[in-house]
Amino acid sequence: MTAKGWSALRKITLYLILTAGAVLFIFPFYWMVLASVKTPKEVFELNLIPSKVTEASYAYMFERIPVWESLLNSFVFAGGVTLITLVFTSMAGYALARLEFRGRNLLFSTVLLTMMIPFQLLMIPLYIIVVKLGWLNTYAGLVMPVSVNALGIFIFRQFFLTIPQDLIDAARMDGAGELRILFRIVLPLSKPAAVTVTIFTFMGPWNDLLWPLLVARDQEMMPLAQAATLFGLEGQGGQWGSIMAVTTILALPVVLLYLFFQRYFIESVGSSGMKG
Amino acid sequence: MKRSHKSAYLLILPYLLFLSVFMLYPVLFSVWLTFHDWNIISPDIPFVGLENYQRLIGDELFFKSLWNTLRFILVNIPIQITLALLLAVALNQPIKGRGFFRGAYFLPVVTSGVVISFLWAWMLSTDDGIINELLGFFGIAPVPWLTSETWAIPSLAWVAAWKNLGYYVVIFLAGLQGIPKNLYEAARIDGAGSLQQFFRITLPMLNPAMLLVVILSTINGFQLFTEPFIMTGGGPANSSLSVVMYIYKNAFQNLDMGYAATIGLVLAFMILAASLIQKKFLERDTYY
Repeated sequence: MTAKGWSALRKITLYLILTAGAVLFIFPFYWMVLASVKTPKEVFELNLIPSKVTEASYAYMFERIPVWESLLNSFVFAGGVTLITLVFTSMAGYALARLEFRGRNLLFSTVLLTMMIPFQLLMIPLYIIVVKLGWLNTYAGLVMPVSVNALGIFIFRQFFLTIPQDLIDAARMDGAGELRILFRIVLPLSKPAAVTVTIFTFMGPWNDLLWPLLVARDQEMMPLAQAATLFGLEGQGGQWGSIMAVTTILALPVVLLYLFFQRYFIESVGSSGMKG
Repeated sequence: MKRSHKSAYLLILPYLLFLSVFMLYPVLFSVWLTFHDWNIISPDIPFVGLENYQRLIGDELFFKSLWNTLRFILVNIPIQITLALLLAVALNQPIKGRGFFRGAYFLPVVTSGVVISFLWAWMLSTDDGIINELLGFFGIAPVPWLTSETWAIPSLAWVAAWKNLGYYVVIFLAGLQGIPKNLYEAARIDGAGSLQQFFRITLPMLNPAMLLVVILSTINGFQLFTEPFIMTGGGPANSSLSVVMYIYKNAFQNLDMGYAATIGLVLAFMILAASLIQKKFLERDTYY
């Protein structure tokens, strides 16, 4: 074969591998959405285009789970954790990046060390704390104990180091306090960092099952991930259509977010993986 | 700079408070619990010394869950590394649509483990699953992917690999892009073929990325919970019970807080030890 022929063959193989990969990762999602709109009988057939689109599975799901309530709980849980993380880690990140104070290095190494602590070590004491505070089945119980986040500090600190000192000095000259400088000048210049922290913080609780299982015992307090799990596990023998309907709803907000902010999602991996 | 002292403490105070109450104190509390017997309801919490630890050493179910977790990791890591490396190397070529492909591979990473567990539980279901139906076309009899002691752990390991692969593709891709191009040019001039270049340059230069992937998947593996909780319930016959599931059972079904905390502490140390050992082992490989 000629050199040109080899290079064409190489190209074809390359695209075959890449496409096979894309099918491997996208097809199951298609299969899931497809099952949720197929008729109950067709769910078990291999056809890739439904002969009839029906909302029967969604209707059944709405009958069995308080979907809107659970979605609201998911938003409060994930949103609450994100808000606390954004405010507190940007403050701490700013202090670590731009201010001199005694114990700065100690604080920074402590934050580093906390990244090594697995949640499984904390979950029992945290559960007991929640019980003792009377926080079972409350938003406070869901949100507060899992709002300590080292990664946010790293990302903010890293970004704040790049803000020109002149800007900060000028604001100080005008008599602005550090808190004002952070929220009025530094943070507005740090949107990429803020978006990255928001995205990976939000994703965690939205997708989480273990922590809600411990602290949200009443149906009306459950986030959707937990409600979906209990629904799916309580003997829905053969009701795959409805289970796929609820997982579709659960996946949708994060997938939409991902489609719009793909770059930040993938960057958040870069920062969590490489610098961690 | 000196003037900023006081405001610095103000700025770190909220975080410090959360860190102390919800992280540092729980760690100490956890250690304390391992020396006590407590069902969370009873007002007295007797000190039991090393009893929880002694019980752990003799607990067959704990060792079974540990063995399951290790088997999971041993199946999971090779699948993950091979496929992630293949896709990352392909993505690193001059191709059209890199953004699309990378985006597609990353999709399961952002999706909840709950979604992925149910989706694959269905696809792997013995009688209704698409995987067995497809295999049927090749005359392969239905495989009990999630309901046999042989297949439960490998199936879970595959699902977790599928979920996390995109993450590792991104890490490998970053590693590949960090390899200086002139190394390949020099190798070409010396007459090295593509395969030789891959094994002599790419793989050794990827060692830091490889280390990261192995450590992250090991940590991830030790924390296995959602997949077995949803897909197998830890069965059949506890053959896919993970350590975290066992902690969950002891704490929240048997209300045995002291014992559950003991397993949690041992698990935390194992995760730490595994990361340190792998770091040492794989870093030494870099300098041959």
